[in-house]
Amino acid sequence: MTPLLHAEDLALAGRLHPTRLHMGAAELVCLVGPNGGGKTSLLHGLARIGSPAGKVRIAGEDPETLGPDARKRLLAYLPASRDIAWPLGARDVIALGLPTGTVPDAAVAALEVEGFAERRVDRLSTGERSRVLLARALAPAPTLLLLDEPAANLDPAWQLRLMALLRHLVHERGIGVVAALHDLDLAARFADRLVLMEGGRIAADGTAAALLDGPHLREAFGIRRGAAGWELA
Amino acid sequence: MSVRLWLLLAAASALLFALSILTPWRQLAALWAADRGLAQAVLVELRLPRALLALCYGGALGASGAAIQALFANPLASPDLTGTTSGAALGAVLAAYLLGFDGSVGLAVGAVAGAFGALVLLLALAGRRAEVATLLLAGLAIAALAGALTTVALALAPSPFAFYDAYEWLMGSLVDRSLAQAAFAGVPALASILLLPRFAPALDSLALGEEAAESLGHRLGRLRIRVVCLSALGVGACVAMCGAIGFIGLVAPIFARRLTRGHPGRAILPAALIGGALLIAADLVTRAAPIGRSLPIGVVTALLGAPFFLSLVARMRWSLAR
Repeated sequence: MTPLLHAEDLALAGRLHPTRLHMGAAELVCLVGPNGGGKTSLLHGLARIGSPAGKVRIAGEDPETLGPDARKRLLAYLPASRDIAWPLGARDVIALGLPTGTVPDAAVAALEVEGFAERRVDRLSTGERSRVLLARALAPAPTLLLLDEPAANLDPAWQLRLMALLRHLVHERGIGVVAALHDLDLAARFADRLVLMEGGRIAADGTAAALLDGPHLREAFGIRRGAAGWELA
Repeated sequence: MSVRLWLLLAAASALLFALSILTPWRQLAALWAADRGLAQAVLVELRLPRALLALCYGGALGASGAAIQALFANPLASPDLTGTTSGAALGAVLAAYLLGFDGSVGLAVGAVAGAFGALVLLLALAGRRAEVATLLLAGLAIAALAGALTTVALALAPSPFAFYDAYEWLMGSLVDRSLAQAAFAGVPALASILLLPRFAPALDSLALGEEAAESLGHRLGRLRIRVVCLSALGVGACVAMCGAIGFIGLVAPIFARRLTRGHPGRAILPAALIGGALLIAADLVTRAAPIGRSLPIGVVTALLGAPFFLSLVARMRWSLAR
């Protein structure tokens, strides 16, 4: 069977050392790691941003050979920045990922954007804008979602709803998700697999239990799990 | 943008175009009664090139203004404020007065090269996604440098009349141009107006940031070069024939984006129509001015555009002060 994602020798000069990442069937993979560890760089490599070296195959296809319309259905990338350069309407931003004239109703409903879909994005809160941009990424129903800090700026309820939505997409709809997260508890609770990034390479790759209780976090972050939660090691 | 809006825009442009050809109609009617052949000559040799130039130049300014603003993700990045028109003027002056190229081709090639040089310099100086202030300062510096070099080039020119010759042209003028000259400006302008909208989806997706646009499969390096080349082509050729005309490239895209619900790329074609209509309207104002002789059109667009620009800056002052 064709794997959902296979990346080999993925590298970005000075930011990401040659890296291999494989996802057989749809999974929710969370990238964790210290600031500057290479989470965003790995996402850039997978989304083919900044001319990375190495090869990426998503459902057997090379995104580099596809034009914008075909690539939209293969992968979507949510940048860490929630800035939108022009004062567009929220619904128009969501539709930017779709062929002209298509209505992004499903994505609007999934992130409950209806209440502010007609408002201008520069008049929304950062959390609301995050939901609009997440809906934009979901709208074309891509095979692979690459999300940089998807839970940032969201309130606690929406963080949980988002992670539940991502799990639903993975397990019901067969969409692969790679998301960079800083919240280790959120990652541990929802991810099928954690990938620890440190120094521009994958330092560890495994289940949440294996990764969070092993020696890796202490080595990478200098933290450990204590009686009252995470504490400095 | 709805079909009705498109029709309305096209109708307004067509009406202004007809007005431009027929105004002042009283003299034209009298001439038509007296000597039909002469009246036809006035229409075809004088009025038509003037109206065509206004339509094409305004259209090129509107389209390239919208495209450059979308590319820099910046509503103030217009051909005049980025120094593109000044660069084109310098290129034309260098070609005509120092290198001695005669005729429209030399002027047009010089001006297109000058406009291209100014835009590339702007990209290098201000960066690809410049802050408003950085972009304006870089544009100001390029415009000032190009203006000073233009003056030096005219002072060094072998012809003692260079300054006098160039004055009216530098202020921007559509008067006394031939149909051939109109074609030299109009064909490149039309090419730029018709080709720039092809990049609308890529330019619209730039609203999400360069990373998102690149992940969608848009090749940004190639996009930048193409938009800069097409803008330089349209604006440069028009500056070569009619001199530098300001503010249309700033104002037209701002109006156009109101019609496209803020989409910067989709605004390119409407901005061309609005730009053409605005420049014809400004040309009609130059003829109506009660001062005995006609005003240079660049003065009229500056008089109308500068207050608009000031109000824009006043509205943005907080983001500029940041």
